[in-house]
Amino acid sequence: MEFFKIRKDIPFMRHALVFNVISLITFLLAVFFLATRGLHYSIEFTGGTVIELAYEHPAEIQKVRATLEKAGYADTSVQNFGSSRDVLIRMPLKAGQSSADLSKKVMDTLSAEDKSVQLRRVEFVGPQVGRELAENGAMALLVVCLGIMAYLAMRFEWRFAVAAIVANLHDVVIILGFFALFQWEFSLPVLAAVLAVLGYSVNESVVIADRVRENFRKMRKASVTQIIDNAITSTISRTIITHGSTQAMVLSMLLFGGAALHYFALALTIGIMFGIYSSVLVMAPIVKWLGVSREQFIRPPKKEKQEAVV
Amino acid sequence: MNRYPLWTYVIIGCALVLGFIYTLPNFYGEAPAVQVSSIKATVKVDSALLGRVEEALKAANIVPQGTFLDPNSVKVRLADTDTQLKAKDVLSQSLNPDRENPSYVVALNLLSSSPNWLTAIHALPMYLGLDLRGGVHFTLQVDMKAALTKRLENLTGDIRTELRDKNLRHSGISREANTILVKFRDAETRAKARKVVEDNQPDLSFSDQDLGPEEFRLAATIKPEAVKRTQESALKQNITTLQNRVNELGVSEPIIQQQGADRVVVQLPGVQDTAKAKEILGRTATLEIRMVDEENSNPTALLAAQQGQVPFGDELYIDRSGAPLLVKKQVVLTGDRLTDAQPGFDGQTREPAVNVTLDGPGARIFKDVTRENVGKRMAILLIEKGKGEVVTAPVIRTEIGGGRVQISGRMSTSEATDTALLLRAGSLAAPMEIIEERTVGPSLGADNIRKGFHSTLWGFTAIAVFMSVYYVVFGFISVLALSSNLLLLVAILSLLQATLTLPGIAAIALTLGMAIDANVLINERIREELRNGASPQAAIHAGYERAFGTILDSNVTTLIAGLALLIFGSGPIRGFAVVHCLGILTSIFSSVVISRAVVNLTYGSRRRLEKLAIGNTSWK
Repeated sequence: MEFFKIRKDIPFMRHALVFNVISLITFLLAVFFLATRGLHYSIEFTGGTVIELAYEHPAEIQKVRATLEKAGYADTSVQNFGSSRDVLIRMPLKAGQSSADLSKKVMDTLSAEDKSVQLRRVEFVGPQVGRELAENGAMALLVVCLGIMAYLAMRFEWRFAVAAIVANLHDVVIILGFFALFQWEFSLPVLAAVLAVLGYSVNESVVIADRVRENFRKMRKASVTQIIDNAITSTISRTIITHGSTQAMVLSMLLFGGAALHYFALALTIGIMFGIYSSVLVMAPIVKWLGVSREQFIRPPKKEKQEAVV
Repeated sequence: MNRYPLWTYVIIGCALVLGFIYTLPNFYGEAPAVQVSSIKATVKVDSALLGRVEEALKAANIVPQGTFLDPNSVKVRLADTDTQLKAKDVLSQSLNPDRENPSYVVALNLLSSSPNWLTAIHALPMYLGLDLRGGVHFTLQVDMKAALTKRLENLTGDIRTELRDKNLRHSGISREANTILVKFRDAETRAKARKVVEDNQPDLSFSDQDLGPEEFRLAATIKPEAVKRTQESALKQNITTLQNRVNELGVSEPIIQQQGADRVVVQLPGVQDTAKAKEILGRTATLEIRMVDEENSNPTALLAAQQGQVPFGDELYIDRSGAPLLVKKQVVLTGDRLTDAQPGFDGQTREPAVNVTLDGPGARIFKDVTRENVGKRMAILLIEKGKGEVVTAPVIRTEIGGGRVQISGRMSTSEATDTALLLRAGSLAAPMEIIEERTVGPSLGADNIRKGFHSTLWGFTAIAVFMSVYYVVFGFISVLALSSNLLLLVAILSLLQATLTLPGIAAIALTLGMAIDANVLINERIREELRNGASPQAAIHAGYERAFGTILDSNVTTLIAGLALLIFGSGPIRGFAVVHCLGILTSIFSSVVISRAVVNLTYGSRRRLEKLAIGNTSWK
């Protein structure tokens, strides 16, 4: 079986401008949503308390909300989590309120109303921890970018490093844009997913860069555009199959992983989908515009050097 | 050209066999068990204890499925949870005849039901994180400022004692922020005093301050290195205290460790009654003994104090009967000096009481203070979370020597037991605050394991089916490589006993999804070579050779991201990153070396190979 029988190189580069305009628009939209709506940070970043409860019968969200409000807990968000029997309560940080008291009091209040309620999980994060997590997250993103750029610059060429990072940061911003647009919860696992996507979709760029380098050595007479087109075309089958496989795994996580892995898998799904697009259709044109050429990959013959000396 | 030397096959074979052996314990599941460990340094866990445990169980007609002795504990494996609970009760009764003063912790635990020979070679199941097995995780922040303040209070007390011992008259000692100020009437006494305290207090640096005639001050500030030492020892003491408290709780495998300069992480796996755990850990009680300000104990002064006019150097408290009380800020003794506390009863009134034993210096101070203050009242305060409560304020009738103090005052029996536990479990050198908490119920943990397992299983199945159909034999070989990747990854995680969390399971799934990339690259390359007219053997060779550079590059970049997560991540991210990084390493080995070995074994020895079963490569 074979899906891709492409005999002629697809002229990707001819439409490079169109692709770049498309990605610029998606990118700007993502930035716009990030700026106007902002991310819906989980309590890991903002600090606060999350309590997960399980009832034996479908929970009445309204009633739980009313009970908590009556007990004096303002600003709490109560919603279903996973199934109709599970309830997630989010509470912001309150000065002078310790977590130990809070979850116990909430449980007492709710079990007075309904005996079947069961505590599944409590998570409390103080304000100082949240700030550190956010700082560490930003730091990790920076280190990943610098590390990957340095490696690519060493193995290939600085033009590839710059192009790959631009293409993949564009993915990251788009994932974040989705999270901002739909106000999905941005938690620590999501951050991990975003960084994993960054590492993963660089793979894509590496595979193409590898081919470009090989083609420069093999296809002596071809133009830069032809070389890039050929590199993308000959790897497109692998690109789609690999991404399909990874996507199958991630989809399985999205379907069977339950609520705890939901946003993690969602971030990966978006990241993988845009990863294909960006590394093929964003990175390659940037590499071209940065002025990649055969000489950068083939060591100049000694003769040239002597001339330069003279 | 597609043959590996024999030693390569041997190495691969060994890796797979080891991988299989170390993965094996994960399939056996866990059986309920009871764990007995010692609380006291003087009580050793040895074969004699093992004998006692076995006898006690025999006497109660409980048949254990196995008893094990390890350096720190005796573990008994039992058939079901009912017997487990019964065995726990039997053992705690027979091993701790004196309930007030237990020597052993008897805790419920889970024990791997894998055969003994596996346990003997340290093949253990993966170490599950709290989100998978249920339990409590706390991060506690130590209030270092308070630790320093407390140290300064103690130093102030020391200076006061030294000056009194040497008969050097001063006109007041006070503490302003981090400076201790001693006032003198003349410079000569000050010089003498300075010499005395400088000799005895190496942690302080001194300076003279002349404020005018009759006003000579000696200012003492704590040295920076002493500040650091104070904070370090405060943290250490708090960790020890927490350890003692956790022991009293009876948790099987608690983790209590330092994190950063001023934090402590406490993990209590399998704790069901989280409220109780939080209560015991969260209560940061310390004991303080101070004098009641007798001069201001008249009704007018007390009334004024209640309206906000507290005399200088005093603090207002309400005792248990609801009466206001003015207590001096100066601390006579703190909980540091306490060696033991037991609940009991007052000999005369038969009221519940707590019997406290003080250490040598504590006993001496207590004796001095009681001698000098006969007829006056002494307040015993329990300080919890920075707030004090006067437990009792008895009148000192005689000098009390020997360091034995009885605290009684409107306590119930259970309050006396609780107070004794808190005091005995040691005092905290500095208050702590819970800054992060994760509690996971056991049912959620089991759910998480199931969901994580299912997502990996179905994702894996989907990939396996697709690869086998699309690349035929080579696809099947890729699936074999992917399975061995999973096997090796689980084996390494079991061997390292790295904590497996739900994000960790997600990382296993993701790593598998990403690892197939290498085999896709190889298979595509082989197809391409075949299309370009290479012979089957040459195509295999070139396919692996050429794909390797790409595989290495792409894995290194992924690894860079993984390492950054490992370094900067915390909590759930770290759990993800550990597995992710290990998975990348095993995937390079399995997708390149193992799959090549299988290909070589299948095709390498065939001289006349016409066709490779890698799917249709002729584009017609």
